[in-house]
Amino acid sequence: MSLIRGKAFVLGNDVDTDQIIPAQHLVYNLDDPQERKLYGQFALSGVPIHQSGLPNGNLPFVEPGNDLSCFSIVVGGRNFGCGSSREHAPVALQMAGVQVVIAESYARIFYRNAVDGGYFIPYECRVSLPQEIRTNEDLEIDTGANLLRDLSTKKEYPLSPLGDVSAIVAAGGIFEYAKKHNMLGR
Amino acid sequence: MTLTEKIIAEHAGRASVRPGENVWIRVDVLMTHDVCGPGTIGIFKNQFGPDAKVWDPFKVAVIPDHYIFTKDRHAMRNLEILRAFAKEQKLPYLYDANSPWYKGVCHVALAEEGFTIPGQTLFGTDSHTCTAGAFGEFATGIGNTDAAFIMGTGRIWVKVPETLRFILEGALPEFVTAKDVILRIIGDIGADGATYRAMEFEGDGIRAMDMEERMTLCNMAIEAGGKNGIIAADEKTVAFVKARTDKAFTTPASDPDAAFAGTVKYRARDLEPVVAKPFSPANVAPARSLKDVKLDQCYIGSCTGGKLEDLKAAAAVLAGGQVRTRTVVVPATVSVEHALSIEQIRGRTLKRIFEDAGAKIGPPSCAACLGGPPDTFGRLNGSEVCLSTTNRNFPGRMGSPDSQTYLASPLTVAASALKGRITDPRDVL
Repeated sequence: MSLIRGKAFVLGNDVDTDQIIPAQHLVYNLDDPQERKLYGQFALSGVPIHQSGLPNGNLPFVEPGNDLSCFSIVVGGRNFGCGSSREHAPVALQMAGVQVVIAESYARIFYRNAVDGGYFIPYECRVSLPQEIRTNEDLEIDTGANLLRDLSTKKEYPLSPLGDVSAIVAAGGIFEYAKKHNMLGR
Repeated sequence: MTLTEKIIAEHAGRASVRPGENVWIRVDVLMTHDVCGPGTIGIFKNQFGPDAKVWDPFKVAVIPDHYIFTKDRHAMRNLEILRAFAKEQKLPYLYDANSPWYKGVCHVALAEEGFTIPGQTLFGTDSHTCTAGAFGEFATGIGNTDAAFIMGTGRIWVKVPETLRFILEGALPEFVTAKDVILRIIGDIGADGATYRAMEFEGDGIRAMDMEERMTLCNMAIEAGGKNGIIAADEKTVAFVKARTDKAFTTPASDPDAAFAGTVKYRARDLEPVVAKPFSPANVAPARSLKDVKLDQCYIGSCTGGKLEDLKAAAAVLAGGQVRTRTVVVPATVSVEHALSIEQIRGRTLKRIFEDAGAKIGPPSCAACLGGPPDTFGRLNGSEVCLSTTNRNFPGRMGSPDSQTYLASPLTVAASALKGRITDPRDVL
């Protein structure tokens, strides 16, 4: 059980993987520490600027020249992460400092990549949070109670339990989970 | 059980499975390419050790196709990583860039080279791996971590999806194609209408389609959020596959009493040419309603719309005409490119028809379907508007963040190229 705190960065529905990390940047090597940092720099750089940081928009997720964002909790609507299977997308969010994404629903491959790679916790919330939460508000997530608190408005929202994947999330990814359960033998 | 459930059960060593269950299954083929291969190899080495061997070198297909014809030094370095890994692991199936074995777009190459086999499981580090469901197999896209896990173990966990069934009754009217069918379906159910579900296509309208049309249908299952698209194998499938592999296979189908999460019926004669407007493949409208949209580029290519039958269809429309806007043609593979110089329509090769019409042909690869490095063939600049046979029209998808992409069939794109505006092919021919 733990508490995760951070500032909210709010996006809309159907945030696709080209918005999360535009394809021209996929050339950088994920295994090279310096090149991997570039994914943080370009995280969410494909989001149309008027939709970046709702409700007002026009806010880049990462300040130009930086590779870390000051927002560590991303809030989205429906079908977050739709599109490509590129694992560079959850890596980009992690490299920018994202600890949690909360969306109404996820595209399957993005969700799976986030869980199996152990990059951040992908929570679902049945409430359409982009209508409720504003970018820059302070959020707190109680992972034990599956609860989101908006510290700025004092409102609380229930998060859907992680269910089947909670053991993989707790282990930190599919390899850590498999090692724990002696599954890496042939 | 449905077809998808049957294949998963068989590969899990189980008599049956139920939707929602998590099961570990055997993988028959793992495919990767130049964008996700290097990251997969990195995780494989980190997790299994520097001297680890892939579980079965004959089951790994490495098909570079994304960033091939570019001067980008990082992209060239990535091709080198694939080359070194294939050599070290003695992988027989590297279709290396700049070599006589180069193929082009992985999903079309997999089919050409006999990797798509009914009843099997195919996983690939590309979301359009679902294309191979056209051959009656379970095929889906995964990320680098899952691919690395498969590389080392030959196994992966899957959550058994529910199956949505789409029945197409009757043969399609002239000028209406598989691309129009799948865009219509995505428009009807939405960009997340099949999330976590299998999309099974059946009916006499499907059986009337050739294998390439079926590939187009399954290719875009992911655009509705589908885990896989699938079509039970028939005599056309068997003939296609047997011509390309000696491997034995079975041809499972959904049981008559299989439980589907839903069934949607379409009468083929009710369908018409459609276009997906920016910025979602689900934003679908009749082509005739978009006559006012002026185009800066028409793009014919990709795993969805760059196969030989796609290019034949486009050439038939362009034959004898002149394009009124920049038009680029990117054959999906080297075989398709080669066929352009052989296949003829009324005594002229497809290549000649495209060139005479004023279209420019690029080398086979994914090219501008996903934008890519700045020197990519066909990439959109500034606020250009493009009509494309590809599968995605997200913001900035084909290059410039200010560009707009509309999606349509090769017939509709070719007809529109002749007019410089979005045009229903029925209004040209």
